[in-house]
Amino acid sequence: MSLDLRVPMGLMFTLVGAILSVFGIATRGSVIYEASLGINANFWWGLVLLAFGLTMFILGRRSQARLAKLRPEPVDETRSRLGH
Amino acid sequence: MLNLTYVDWLIMLLYFVFVLGIGFALKRYMKTSKDFFQAGRALPAWICGLAFISANLGAQEVIGMGASGAKYGLETAQFYGIGAIPAMVFVGIFMMPFYYGSKARSVPEFLRMRFDEKTRALNACSFAVMTVFSSGISMYAMARLIQALHVFDGLFAALGWNPDGIFTFSIVLSAVIVLAYIFLGGLTSAIYNEVLQFFLIIAGFLPLVLLGLRNIGGWSGLKASVPMQYMHEWKGVAHASTNPMGIEIIGIGMGLGFVLGSGYWCTDFLVIQTAMASKNMASARKVPLIAAVPKIFFPFLVILPGLLAIGLPTPHTHTVERNVNGMIVRDTTVVPQNVEQGRGLVPAKINPVTGKAMLDTNGDPLLDYDLATPNMLLHFFPTGILGLGLTALLASFMSGMAGNVTAFNTVFTYDLYQSYIHKGGSDRHYMAVGRWATVGGILLSIATAYAAINFNNIMDTLQLVFSFVNAPLFATFLLGMFWKRATGHAAFAGLITGTLTAVLHHGLTLPLLAHPGIHGGWIAVVHHYHSDMAQNFWTAIWAFGANFVVTVIVSLLTKARPESELVGLVHSLTPKPPKAHDVWWKSPEALGIAVLLMAVALNIFFY
Repeated sequence: MSLDLRVPMGLMFTLVGAILSVFGIATRGSVIYEASLGINANFWWGLVLLAFGLTMFILGRRSQARLAKLRPEPVDETRSRLGH
Repeated sequence: MLNLTYVDWLIMLLYFVFVLGIGFALKRYMKTSKDFFQAGRALPAWICGLAFISANLGAQEVIGMGASGAKYGLETAQFYGIGAIPAMVFVGIFMMPFYYGSKARSVPEFLRMRFDEKTRALNACSFAVMTVFSSGISMYAMARLIQALHVFDGLFAALGWNPDGIFTFSIVLSAVIVLAYIFLGGLTSAIYNEVLQFFLIIAGFLPLVLLGLRNIGGWSGLKASVPMQYMHEWKGVAHASTNPMGIEIIGIGMGLGFVLGSGYWCTDFLVIQTAMASKNMASARKVPLIAAVPKIFFPFLVILPGLLAIGLPTPHTHTVERNVNGMIVRDTTVVPQNVEQGRGLVPAKINPVTGKAMLDTNGDPLLDYDLATPNMLLHFFPTGILGLGLTALLASFMSGMAGNVTAFNTVFTYDLYQSYIHKGGSDRHYMAVGRWATVGGILLSIATAYAAINFNNIMDTLQLVFSFVNAPLFATFLLGMFWKRATGHAAFAGLITGTLTAVLHHGLTLPLLAHPGIHGGWIAVVHHYHSDMAQNFWTAIWAFGANFVVTVIVSLLTKARPESELVGLVHSLTPKPPKAHDVWWKSPEALGIAVLLMAVALNIFFY
């Protein structure tokens, strides 16, 4: 399957994380954070999701790039067997 | 009242766009029916592993486990430590070689290979009905939750639509989205979205648990705010009257662990299909084991919100007097009566006809435990992250439906349509049938969703269905895979007897404090259980036992199949799979032992 799930998934979490953290900065000190015990839940959790999303996205892109490089050489399997 | 702003809608919309986008992106890879129904048998183990638990992470897990956490406390973790982990290790190590190695395309097809046509037909029909039922329950629960939380009220008001349409709108919306991505991308699409939803659930619920724990004063604060027995998984299980679930150790070990847990995780095509989609035998065997690792930690994510909801103080109508520039200002927070009659953040259940709280036979209000987790979301999340939490909740319902729908379309196409209605069609034809079976399955689910449900706990309803259909099933697979003498006539007779026994047992027993009817005792009440959970576990034990005994007896009376036909299907007649070239600690066996040790550690922690 040549669609690596980590690419769209990473992209989605990156976007959600970016939206949350930007919204968090824009609303800092707002009364809406009384619910979350005074913690700016949007900003901090947005950062976490942003980091997770970017990691997934980069990992997915890398493995897709690696697969694309491998494809012109389907003899790869025999080569590793020769190495034994 | 729920105040959603544009950020919440934006996050929800983003999720829908990605879900549908994945479906469209996968459409061009759907060339054969194998791509559509079996994801081409080419997916990596970690994706299938996360989809394996995610397929089960629907309504019954997220809402049901939170509800059970609020109702029974940490004893709910038995569903993990006993009810899931050992069965997941067992299916990976011992059963997957036969499922994957036999090249069967579905669980009923495996039954035809091992036993005979009628056993397959019976299993395929009951399974098809069950998946549609489960998917319908998921849909109904989601629509009801959306109504209860007033998610779309603001939207409807802004558009000037009649709020009575919210229930239908929710059902149609979820049905259209699930239908679209399965229709386009088949099982691959369902699996990819299940993984997406797995991470979304963690993203939505982890901050909830952290905030909840912080508010209540950490683990010690939680201990101080709930009854002592709510904090123990094992204490008091020696006798039914000394633990919140009202069930004793034999019921838990045999009923939940050996029968219900194994019946679900080892034989339900809903979860097995994800393992069968992986790229080779070693991966297929690792899928349930990889799934077991996050499963061990899920009690913290799905049970704790319910327990925290019970432990937090109950809101009451109160007035605060403030002095603003010499003026006395009275701020009155009005709390609805059903919330005041509840416990913690769990409100009392309201009779929709009279508008008053519903009472049990002791006159105490019945609590609406299903709202425990959703109310936690509303209580702690400000707008923004609230959108994320609600999206996670919606995603869990939709992926629960999707798993059922893909299992349904595969079983319908291969085991019913190709076998009994139209043999020898082209591959393209069966793929088209699969796509239209998806449409049919979703329409039937919608019909189910409109049928009302009377239970106050989704978990109990599903356990009841599973115990009728699934509990006898595990005996059939156990004997089929590990006893070469078991015959087709015997398997068929055993399954019928097992299910009839389950129905009979349910009709003859009743949980304490319940009225005869849907809770049992509709024939006559010959025995009272301490809880509906205990009744379910024992129903399963009786069904399993009856199936086991009848299958053994009938097998010995009927003619055995020649051993040459059973190679690859029965343990003693199958050559050992060749050892993979991996190092020893990467083998499924080593992974299985590591998972079991972690599960034991979890049980000791929750003791």
